[in-house]
Amino acid sequence: MNSVNPIKRGYLYLEAWFNYSFGPEWNPLYHLGTLTFFFFWIVLVSGIYLFIFFDTSLGGAYASVEYLTHEQWYLGGVMRSLHRYASDAAIMTILLHMFREFALDRYRGFRWYSWVTGVPTLWFVITLGITGYWLVWDELGLYIAVLSSLLMDALPIVSGSMASNFLEGQLTDRFFTLMGFLHLLGQPVLLVFVLWIHVKRLSHVEISAPRGLAIGSFLALLALSLASPAVSHAPADLRKVPAELNLDWFYLNIYPLLDTLTAGQTWMITIGITFFLMLMPWLPRKKTGEAAKVHLDECNGCGQCAVDCPFDAIRVQARTDNARWEFEVAVDDGLCAACGICVGSCHSSNPFRRSNKSLETGIDMPQFPIDEVRTRTGEALAELQGDNTVLVIGCEHALNVEQFKTQNVAVLNLICTGMMPPTLVEYALKQGADGVFVTGCRKGDCYYRYGNVWMDKRFEGLRKPVLRERADRSRIRVYRAAETDQKKLLKELADFQRHLADTSPEKTGANRA
Amino acid sequence: MLSPKRLVLQIFNYALFMALVWYFSFAPPYIRLGADEAMITLSISHAGELVADCRQLSPEELAKLPPNMRLATSCDRERSPVDLEISLDGDSVFRTTAEPPGLYKDQGVDIYHSIKVPTGTKQMLVKMNDNIRVKGPTFTHEQEITLEPAQLLTIQFSTSTGQFVVK
Repeated sequence: MNSVNPIKRGYLYLEAWFNYSFGPEWNPLYHLGTLTFFFFWIVLVSGIYLFIFFDTSLGGAYASVEYLTHEQWYLGGVMRSLHRYASDAAIMTILLHMFREFALDRYRGFRWYSWVTGVPTLWFVITLGITGYWLVWDELGLYIAVLSSLLMDALPIVSGSMASNFLEGQLTDRFFTLMGFLHLLGQPVLLVFVLWIHVKRLSHVEISAPRGLAIGSFLALLALSLASPAVSHAPADLRKVPAELNLDWFYLNIYPLLDTLTAGQTWMITIGITFFLMLMPWLPRKKTGEAAKVHLDECNGCGQCAVDCPFDAIRVQARTDNARWEFEVAVDDGLCAACGICVGSCHSSNPFRRSNKSLETGIDMPQFPIDEVRTRTGEALAELQGDNTVLVIGCEHALNVEQFKTQNVAVLNLICTGMMPPTLVEYALKQGADGVFVTGCRKGDCYYRYGNVWMDKRFEGLRKPVLRERADRSRIRVYRAAETDQKKLLKELADFQRHLADTSPEKTGANRA
Repeated sequence: MLSPKRLVLQIFNYALFMALVWYFSFAPPYIRLGADEAMITLSISHAGELVADCRQLSPEELAKLPPNMRLATSCDRERSPVDLEISLDGDSVFRTTAEPPGLYKDQGVDIYHSIKVPTGTKQMLVKMNDNIRVKGPTFTHEQEITLEPAQLLTIQFSTSTGQFVVK
């Protein structure tokens, strides 16, 4: 536990707190992406309602927003508040999403693509918010308009002074209508496209937040909207400079810089931070393990590995080796995260097969082949002594199980628990272990997205390959644990061993197969 | 079924999250101008004078040119930089030199700048030089101004009349 860096440790405690409050199914930290999508839905629906009443002219915009806010407070005002607060909440969840990936070291290696495409996504969201504030055309809208124009003027692609448009007598409806178009259609469409790129290399992408979490978040936003409705500043006055502004710091935080720095310097800082964030996956680079290899001799092309792959790295294609099967699978090395989940999906990974020969499976991990998994399992079990012997199976990205090794506790560390064929549990029991204790990433979370989810479903008989009915469930326990859960795991392991002692053949007179 | 304990904990967490959303959606306030400050914004779009007059090419120079390019007059495209200075009660509050953009420095300059100034009545002097061959200002404007708190005073230049427009 001492090797856990303070940022990760802090995050894991926060995650544990939310698990305690919400349970793993509704833990908001496990659903930051879907929660952001949910906030976008609220923004979209409330935005469509606001647009119905919004006047996209310079003279009418402010009045129409005021009408919605005050005259129609019971619906229009609430919609406006939901629109604003959901937008702000989306920035919060995006920032938490980034922090989480950073704290858990899930932004480097094979994850570089998601991180790199995520950074500009944040900017797209921020610019969408900026044009939204612009449209209210109050003092804040004017402030944003002038300073945004200054920023644009600093770019070599813009000729003339855009900012001078906002001097008295020079503004027309045309520019304002263009902003309206950008906010209402152009930017949202672009954002959807950017989000699609962001999740392009993932499979089983979830965009819907769990119902309970969505309902809770909506009610909280609604309560906030009723308690403190969003209001405008005074109407824009081209002859005045607002002395005090209530900035929305989620979206407008760069503007105060322009009072002390030039537009060029502000661009340099913004671009610099953006590039630094985008380069982070290579500072330093994290090596991804060798990609999974297909062994066609053992592959019947069932495609379960392709279905289970969380990173869309496996495809099913027509057979190339004249075997009697119709299909085979192929791995895209560039997409493969080397998680080994595909090994756990393959029916050929059954360790009871080819007991006198090297175990070969349809798809395998070169750095930790299934034959070696079987061998190490056998070696670990051979060292066990005493009563209530347990094989603890863990993964490389959760609590390190090596520390639990004792005379009657053997350990096996896999790349991911999703790599484990369910038959490996039966194999360990058959080879002499009194019990098998499986740990790995916390429930609801997995370093490789779906490793523990698929494993649980296999154990429950809901996903192939299933843990067979005849496997004695009373001798199998699953307890997920992160690096900070050492004491909890030790307690659970001791409890499991007590349970094994209570149900041992010596006590019950039954036979253990 | 949600237990009462979890319900209370969740309400607490939602309230904390929404409190952060609420607070940073408008606070802390950003004070852009002090209570006794106003702003002067200068917005000038103006092309400086040509650096050199047009001149007649000599017969030798013309002979070196292709026949279809033999125009007797040659005009350099480069324009002068524009110097601008604003003084209030004799103190310079803003000064800049804007170089003409373009590969041949032949385009007009755009100057947009805002200055925070104390409120009250002041004697304002604006000086501009748009001709490198002239020493001193080519255009000046002097005016007494009274600035109220949060007032925005704009200074523009009309190329057609050759005068500064102060609003």
